[in-house]
Amino acid sequence: MIRDPKDLQRYTASERANHWLVGICFILLALSGLAFFHPAFYPLVQLFGGGTWARVLHPFIGVLMAAAFVVMFFRFRALNVMTDADREWLSRVREMVDGNDHNMPEQGKYNGGQKMLFWLLALCMLVLMVSGLFMWRAQFSFPVDLVRLASLAHAVAGVVIIALIIVHIYAAIWTKGTVRAMWYGTVTRAWAKQHHRAWYRQMTGK
Amino acid sequence: MALQSLDIKQRSATTTPSPQARQTVEIAKLIDVSACIGCKACQVACMEWNDVRDEVGSCAGVYDNPMDLTENSWTVMRYSEVEQNGKLEWLIRKDGCMHCTDPGCLKACPAPGAIIQYSNGIVDFHQENCIGCGYCVTGCPFNVPRISKKDNKAYKCTLCSDRVAVNQAPACAKACPTGAIQFGSKEDMKDYAATRVADLKERGYDKAGLYDPQGVGGTHVMYVLHHADKPALYSNLPENPGVSPMVSLWKGAAKPIAAAALGLVALSSLFHYVMKGPNEVSKEIEKEVEKEDAQ
Repeated sequence: MIRDPKDLQRYTASERANHWLVGICFILLALSGLAFFHPAFYPLVQLFGGGTWARVLHPFIGVLMAAAFVVMFFRFRALNVMTDADREWLSRVREMVDGNDHNMPEQGKYNGGQKMLFWLLALCMLVLMVSGLFMWRAQFSFPVDLVRLASLAHAVAGVVIIALIIVHIYAAIWTKGTVRAMWYGTVTRAWAKQHHRAWYRQMTGK
Repeated sequence: MALQSLDIKQRSATTTPSPQARQTVEIAKLIDVSACIGCKACQVACMEWNDVRDEVGSCAGVYDNPMDLTENSWTVMRYSEVEQNGKLEWLIRKDGCMHCTDPGCLKACPAPGAIIQYSNGIVDFHQENCIGCGYCVTGCPFNVPRISKKDNKAYKCTLCSDRVAVNQAPACAKACPTGAIQFGSKEDMKDYAATRVADLKERGYDKAGLYDPQGVGGTHVMYVLHHADKPALYSNLPENPGVSPMVSLWKGAAKPIAAAALGLVALSSLFHYVMKGPNEVSKEIEKEVEKEDAQ
């Protein structure tokens, strides 16, 4: 039910479903992964039915996330190519964080920060996917030095991706009127004009 | 549950200290390779006492049988034929867990209490807490733990912790017909090893010595080697074993740094919101859009 027909469609239903699938997998992977990483988080395995279940499920959820992420990557890749305007946006990111976006250059569907997040997430996912396969002892057996390197890389990439997602979720909460795009796909025109003016022009022809 | 006579020194994935009021005597098993005849009585005693039976395999054309450690074979004899000083030498090494003072398996293990180090030096796996991730295999510098295909739990030599707890020698030591496997306090074993090394030196093995690698803080299974300068001769016994720096980083410094970094990111986000407020659409722009609509 679209209450305001003039709202702008930011995401299609299948894009949203894709994002949610990746998101749910991420949450499950982060919770179980942290449990294996640090004893302080070990009690999180109870959410999965115990340590052994968490160990069994983690890699399968990882495969599902990897598949869903790859689809999402190719969907949004073209929209995330860095431009000069994005680089300028990034160089002024301090003003943005400070809550003053008056001097920020006009942004398309994604701003420089979102694009940088996109590529960092893709890099982390690549490292996690490859190193995760090396660590999957129930299925594979690789030379131990490779597994050691993979374990370290998996932990580092895992921590970085969790930090990036915290920033990603916070940015969506901070920027009012954003979360609805993830739920039902639309944003108000005022939101688009404020935060993504070039995209707003493109969508409305103004 | 640990036997009460085996006080706990370290427990996997546990950040608080274990009870340390009592200190038991540090023990060790000494394997005198120069006295080993390769009869495999130790292998048989091990499977008998621990009641584990490996599958009957096939002969690979060498004496090694089974060819490798498995979840049911916690010790295996490894036979190597080498030429030293113009002579053929048949070096037979009983392989199995070395019970390191600084155990890589325990360091890597994510499951609390799945790996226990007793204050007597024995490193023991408690399979009921094992989640089957195989991190112990990744952490071990001697390639000892094996994950069972049947139950996905890790297994290895227990140094007969159940026998040692009641003042018995490990089954392998009990069965050895030549006295090549000795058991006692680590101190006594070092003293005994010194006499063996002196004897070997007298007999022309001037590089004879004790294998008690300090890279892992010393071990509670030690070897007397005729060629202590070349441990690799003995079926690739590592020369300077130690916990891999990658494992140390992964299960060492990385943990507190990562936990602090994630906490910092989460708290910075919260405080950013509290201090800077939300990023709302400005009233001005909302009015502009409304005005456009009215036109």
